[in-house]
Amino acid sequence: MDENGKVTGEMPKLTNDEIKELYKKMVTIRVYDDKTMKIQRQGRVGPYISYLGQEACQVGIAASLRKDDWFFPTYRDSGALYARGMPLKDVLLYWMGDARGFANAGNNFPICIPVGTHPPHAAGAAFAAKIKGKDYVSLATFGDGATSRGDFYEAMNFAGVFNLPVIFVVQNNQWAISVPRSRQTASQTIAQKAISAGIDGVVADGNDIFSVIKAIRYAADKARSGKGATVIELLTYRLGDHSSADDQKKYREQAEVETWKKKEPVERLKKYMLSKGLWSEKFEQDITAEATQAAEKAITDAENIPSQKLDELFENIFSEMTPNLKEELEELKEAYKDRSTESTNKVEKIEGSFP
Amino acid sequence: MHMVAAINSALDNEMQRDKNVVLLGEDVGVNGGVFRVTDGLFKKYGADRVVDTPLAELSIVGLSIGMAAAGLKPVAEIQFSGFTYASFEQLVSHAARIRYRSGGKFTCPMVLRSPCGGGIHALELHSESNEAIYSHMPGLKVVIPSGPYEAKGLLISAIRSKDPVLFFEPMKLYRAFREEVPETPYEIPLGKANLGKEGKDVTIISWSTMYHVSMLAAKKMEEENGVSCEVIDLRTINPIDTDTIINSVKKTGRVVIVHEGPRNAGMGAEISAQITEKAMLSLHAPPIRVTGYDTPYPFYKTEKFYLPDIEKVIIGINKAMNF
Ligand SMILES: Cc1ncc(C[n+]2csc(CCOP(=O)(O)OP(=O)(O)O)c2C)c(N)n1
Ligand SMILES: [Mg+2]
Repeated sequence: MDENGKVTGEMPKLTNDEIKELYKKMVTIRVYDDKTMKIQRQGRVGPYISYLGQEACQVGIAASLRKDDWFFPTYRDSGALYARGMPLKDVLLYWMGDARGFANAGNNFPICIPVGTHPPHAAGAAFAAKIKGKDYVSLATFGDGATSRGDFYEAMNFAGVFNLPVIFVVQNNQWAISVPRSRQTASQTIAQKAISAGIDGVVADGNDIFSVIKAIRYAADKARSGKGATVIELLTYRLGDHSSADDQKKYREQAEVETWKKKEPVERLKKYMLSKGLWSEKFEQDITAEATQAAEKAITDAENIPSQKLDELFENIFSEMTPNLKEELEELKEAYKDRSTESTNKVEKIEGSFP
Repeated sequence: MHMVAAINSALDNEMQRDKNVVLLGEDVGVNGGVFRVTDGLFKKYGADRVVDTPLAELSIVGLSIGMAAAGLKPVAEIQFSGFTYASFEQLVSHAARIRYRSGGKFTCPMVLRSPCGGGIHALELHSESNEAIYSHMPGLKVVIPSGPYEAKGLLISAIRSKDPVLFFEPMKLYRAFREEVPETPYEIPLGKANLGKEGKDVTIISWSTMYHVSMLAAKKMEEENGVSCEVIDLRTINPIDTDTIINSVKKTGRVVIVHEGPRNAGMGAEISAQITEKAMLSLHAPPIRVTGYDTPYPFYKTEKFYLPDIEKVIIGINKAMNF
């Protein structure tokens, strides 16, 4: 599909209803993202990372996986988690600095914060599938910057050596904070790095949901049938700041941003649907209203969750609390015996806080 | 100047003085660092001396080792101290050992700067206090300033040092307050603690953000309970200024150690052992530790429970006083 929503290659197999559902998901996660950014600005969420402009990657990845497939996301992939069925409230809890967000997340690993450290985990979960004779696949996604880390190369290498059912999806959004893609690697594509590991590398248009789905289905089918790992480079663009603490105007040409705006994924799918008679004003209004309502409810729910008990801060460190921890918990309780143990959502602005 | 400006000024002075000083790290160039610590330096010194690197902590440190051995003075930045772990092997197996392994032929006069510490409502791994880990590794110096003036003088000493220095910068203090800081270069020697406040009854030993918490607790104890507190800002975590500590403890006979990092095998344990070995007979009470707990640094909604605060330090002081 080109910028105008005109199909240029072979379409993946999708019914009209499925296409409408994909569009609905993309609009929905955009609404969620926008709402979260808004309450972030009001100090109701801490540092937040938006996926604006990468909705086709987010939804396309989720839509091409089975529920029992393993998913290893980064901080940029809240949208994919929603699309994988994780409740907005839970993901919001994570961004509100609450440890309980990922307690019921199925086969979704918690968001990876140290960049590029999770590709080996995906390879490991794939290794487990192989040894246990299961047919799930394992997918890790990360950015262009992450591909500069050794962890990525090592994970590809293991995936090649052991012929693992794993997919490495690089959302190449052209920037790693202020560092452009050209500064990450001198190689022509990121996908070609797969060659050195003896596995398959594919480049796809990450702003075209059909292209994303085709690529991931291809890799998932291949993995499930024992034919090994794939690196998929999705060409996309981060339309917003790196994070709520970043100012992208400091380091990139706004003309570049404008160029990419014209290629953004939601509008593109809409144009396609218009041409096929699948889109209407009313449809748009309905799905937007539904998403807005869901977002508002999730925000209220997340904000009204009861505080964790002090005990909980010492749980889940080990399978059982160690003597040190027990002693420290008592010490903390003593220190708070005359003070409130409520934790607040409100993020006060502190001078010298996160960039 | 606030601490960000003071560190920037130290880097600027040293780059001006010595052409071999080179900065490298993620986002340090065009963007001037995510905290703006290196702001303006890319423009002033160019892309060869202020290097935006690929996203790879291991290589940022690994290359610094080679650069240092070959005559440069690399000042590497790792964006947050929680992301130094990928470079751990390079630091421990190489930076810390090259002088020893080569019989003194090769050395590693590099600085690794990295923001540290909590209290800023950050994401996971953006609030670590991991100075104890690195202090445990022979061959690495570890420094943490507690204010702008200190930051500049200590960083200049670190850059001029012949040894690898890890220079951790408490994010909470980056813009928290300003001090008079000279534009011109000056050194504050590594390995020397600062006696922040004299007192008679109890010695409080701390550093980084916790030094300020300790000072506030000390003032409160003095005003409200008439307990006279001596407060030491360690400044260099490795090597420890044992003389200053022991002299103080010999005078007061009581000691409270306050740090943000976890307690188990933390710096408090080492300081406490030094004191019991060297000043046992002066002690009226066992050394008391007020520290972060042996948990991961918590999600930010609950970080206030984790951090030592004035109340917790006062409980510690009372424990020492009433033993
Ligand atoms: C190991 C590590 N180093 C540095 C950081 C700080 N940091 C967070 S995101 C980021 C850029 C990542 O870029 P990329 O991999 O392209 O992903 P994107 O953010 O563009 O989605 C950096 C440097 C980090 N979180 N982890
Ligand atoms: Mg990127």
